[in-house]
Amino acid sequence: MSGLAAQLLNGVQYGLLLFLISSGLTLIFGVMGVINLAHGSLFMIGAYIAFVVAGGTGSLWLALPAAVLGGLALGALLERGLFRRFYHREHLDQVLLTFALILLFEEGRSILLGNDFHSVPVPAVLDVAVPMVGDFSYSAYRLAVLVACLGIAGAMFLAIERTRIGSAIRAAAEKPEMVDLLGLDARRIHLVVFAVGTALAMLAGALAAPLHSVYPNMGHGFLIICFVVVVVGGVGSIAGAFWGALLIGVVDTLSKAYLPFAAGLAVYVLMAAVLLWRPTGLFARS
Amino acid sequence: MLTVAGRNGTFALGAAALAVAALPLFAEAYYLELASTALVLAMFALSLQLLVGVTGLVSLGHAAFFGVGAYAIHLLGAFGAAPSVLLSLPAAVLLAALAAFAVGALALRTRGFFFLMTTLAFGQMLFFVFHDTPLGGGADGVFVARPSFSLFGLEWVVSRQDRPTVMLLLNLGVLVAMYAGLALLLRTMFGRALLGIRANEHRMRSMGFDTYWLQLGAFTLAGALAGVAGHMWGMTQAFVSPELLAWHRSAEALLMILLGGLGALHGPILGAFAFVGLGDIAGQITERQRLVEGLVILVVVLGLRHGIAGIRLPALRRLPAPAPAAKEAAP
Repeated sequence: MSGLAAQLLNGVQYGLLLFLISSGLTLIFGVMGVINLAHGSLFMIGAYIAFVVAGGTGSLWLALPAAVLGGLALGALLERGLFRRFYHREHLDQVLLTFALILLFEEGRSILLGNDFHSVPVPAVLDVAVPMVGDFSYSAYRLAVLVACLGIAGAMFLAIERTRIGSAIRAAAEKPEMVDLLGLDARRIHLVVFAVGTALAMLAGALAAPLHSVYPNMGHGFLIICFVVVVVGGVGSIAGAFWGALLIGVVDTLSKAYLPFAAGLAVYVLMAAVLLWRPTGLFARS
Repeated sequence: MLTVAGRNGTFALGAAALAVAALPLFAEAYYLELASTALVLAMFALSLQLLVGVTGLVSLGHAAFFGVGAYAIHLLGAFGAAPSVLLSLPAAVLLAALAAFAVGALALRTRGFFFLMTTLAFGQMLFFVFHDTPLGGGADGVFVARPSFSLFGLEWVVSRQDRPTVMLLLNLGVLVAMYAGLALLLRTMFGRALLGIRANEHRMRSMGFDTYWLQLGAFTLAGALAGVAGHMWGMTQAFVSPELLAWHRSAEALLMILLGGLGALHGPILGAFAFVGLGDIAGQITERQRLVEGLVILVVVLGLRHGIAGIRLPALRRLPAPAPAAKEAAP
């Protein structure tokens, strides 16, 4: 019984991590109409920042703000330098641009830090098991990640639903022409969305580093799972990404724990079922 | 709009094919094998052009069908000695077509980027099937017995020495047949309907075409042709691995199409040769081929927008006509 509870919590925690990545993916797609295949590489960069900073200073606490600030800066740079020219280009061009970025990011990582596996230690304060119900206890770090992700998700909902820039972002996602007509600065909205999306992916990488360790091409698997999240969750909505990520996180974790023969396949079967039943996703706005 | 090479272009392609066929007369085995690789990748990219350039569907899961075609040889190996190529090739086509039909039937319920994500995800699923289950014979790949040239008990045994030449000519023949078949297909009602879908899907639907089934037909056919390419890869290399299904191969095929020229049926063939050639040169200069590959893609997407087939020599224009500028704005 406590095994199942632990797996469920693992699934929720994994799902919330997936939400951090896929919310950036879906926001950038929704507002700018760009698909960023390099989003998984940004996650990888965040994890390596955690490895380098935590290794250098001995503290993961410094790595988290470093990943966020680095993400904002890198996102702004990419948007201004490259992506802005590609908003109106064909899908094929966008796919290849972001594929090139994957190759360049991975080669850069290989040149700077090599191709070895590394583990990142959990901060000492959180390296304990928290007693839950009865004899069941759970890793404090995983709980902290779960709470942090929930907090970020809540902050995102508030920012998008309640603030001025949030309403501008919603407007940009639904009717880009309206943003121009209203005299809002669309270029600033694009910059903010891209920088925040990048920072979220890199923060997710830094949070995940102690749980998944860091290794070359670690972003690929997460990127593809996040595509499944977006397809299952629904077109271009943060709420869809949230529920989709939780569903995929739980299904993936439970299937790997209890159906070893179908390990990697369960989430794809789920995606196929969703496509048959509701091709626009489970939580799409009608 | 997709162009098929005209009389001069077909003549040039034919001459290039003859030049490749003449390679065994003077080139070393290494270059014959390199040319074989380029020919097989050209088949693969050409099969994807049926989706991208003809129908207007950008798929990121096409390598899965390439890999299924290659693994067909391994799966047939379970029934005993090396199968005849007359058995293994149809088997590869059938398996790849079945996989493509199933994936396409689901993925075509989505549009645009969601189609791209869905094909990528299902491609990854097939990757896991061969990577993790006993069906594939191991995550590191497996050696396969080359399909033999045998018919009704008569067998033509190819010596190790002759093999690079034989495989080169066989691959060239398959590629020429595939190109000719697709050029003919584009003249049929089916081909024209696909081109119409690329131009404007809504218009085609309001004209009464069932675009879902037309697209599914194109997706299945493209998957089957990718299966042919995968089979020829497995037969040339005598080794198959799950990496053949990995999504970066799909992206590389898209690169070959863009490199060669999106707007021409023969573009992917030029692109595949350019890709393999650049890769070989890069490999001789540096260990970091992926860095070179990334930079080349950046140059192509930022600068060379119409690919190699779109390069026009300015000296050949007689007058500084204003027409090209108007054409640029139109597409």
